[in-house]
Amino acid sequence: MAAASRNRARDKYSVLLPTYNERENLPLIVWLLVRSFQESGSNFEIIVIDDGSPDGTREVAEQLEKIYGSDKILLRPRAKKLGLGTAYIHGMQHASGNFIIIMDADLSHHPKFIPEFIRKQKEGNFDIVSGTRYKGNGGVYGWDLKRKIISRGANFVTQVLLRPGASDLTGSFRLYRKEVLQKLMEKCVSKGYVFQMEMIVRARQLGYTIGEVPISFVDRVYGESKLGGNEIVSFLKGLLTLFATT
Amino acid sequence: MTKLAQWLCGLALLGTAWATLALDPLGLHLPLPCQQVLWPFPVYLLVAFGCYSLATIGYRLATFNDCEAAAKELQEQIREARADLSQRGLKF
Repeated sequence: MAAASRNRARDKYSVLLPTYNERENLPLIVWLLVRSFQESGSNFEIIVIDDGSPDGTREVAEQLEKIYGSDKILLRPRAKKLGLGTAYIHGMQHASGNFIIIMDADLSHHPKFIPEFIRKQKEGNFDIVSGTRYKGNGGVYGWDLKRKIISRGANFVTQVLLRPGASDLTGSFRLYRKEVLQKLMEKCVSKGYVFQMEMIVRARQLGYTIGEVPISFVDRVYGESKLGGNEIVSFLKGLLTLFATT
Repeated sequence: MTKLAQWLCGLALLGTAWATLALDPLGLHLPLPCQQVLWPFPVYLLVAFGCYSLATIGYRLATFNDCEAAAKELQEQIREARADLSQRGLKF
């Protein structure tokens, strides 16, 4: 019992925040993260991976580092926009935690769910905890009917074809054991939405356990960036590739 | 086995069973009502699956939660965060 609580006290959570033009949102997400972790008492660090944003994201990140300390806010920028997968790999190289949390930096994912992820992970000793918009009291704000239809339709096709054992495959708000994420990054080859799906599918193949926590997804970007035909086509192509290769 | 392989195996199994019963290569001569149901069976299955899909997607669409409260809460917290950070010296 004592050993278990000593182990728990050694758990550290590294949040990977890939950013591109998030000058407005970065201070807010960091503030919310710090508050959530302080309230839950968990040990944490936030790794900001900025891909050379032209809007001054890095300057804001430097200010945040001064305010919160360089042991809590780690700046690990890159010269140009290089993609999400490599951002995770780059971030993990600098992560001192034994758990990694990945999430969006645009405030669509709320840090208040992180203590619930942590609780869920301990409860079932899960290798991965995935935030789901589709179960329990999970949900979305800011989507019109068309977007919801596409979302539910795509998820249905994915469930039928891949039977993945997780309700939300394209979500990107997740907690991973560090070594699990490292292993999965080695195996995954897709990009975009499909990359997040592939992680879960490969995780199941490798026998990792996945827990789920309902989350609310507040989409403030949808109005500007509609889901176009191109994205749907590339999603379907990716899905069929996963269907045929896993 | 990939998912595609699983599907192909499953379809091959069902297809063989259906062909064996419907095309009657073994000369079993099933009663006529049975034969009448068997012939269009694949189409029945497809239609049934289609209906199931529509019903499921429709149900999930109807029960898709709208997080109004979460959006409001976020707005509040953004205000709070900006105030606190300004106080700590952040230049937005």
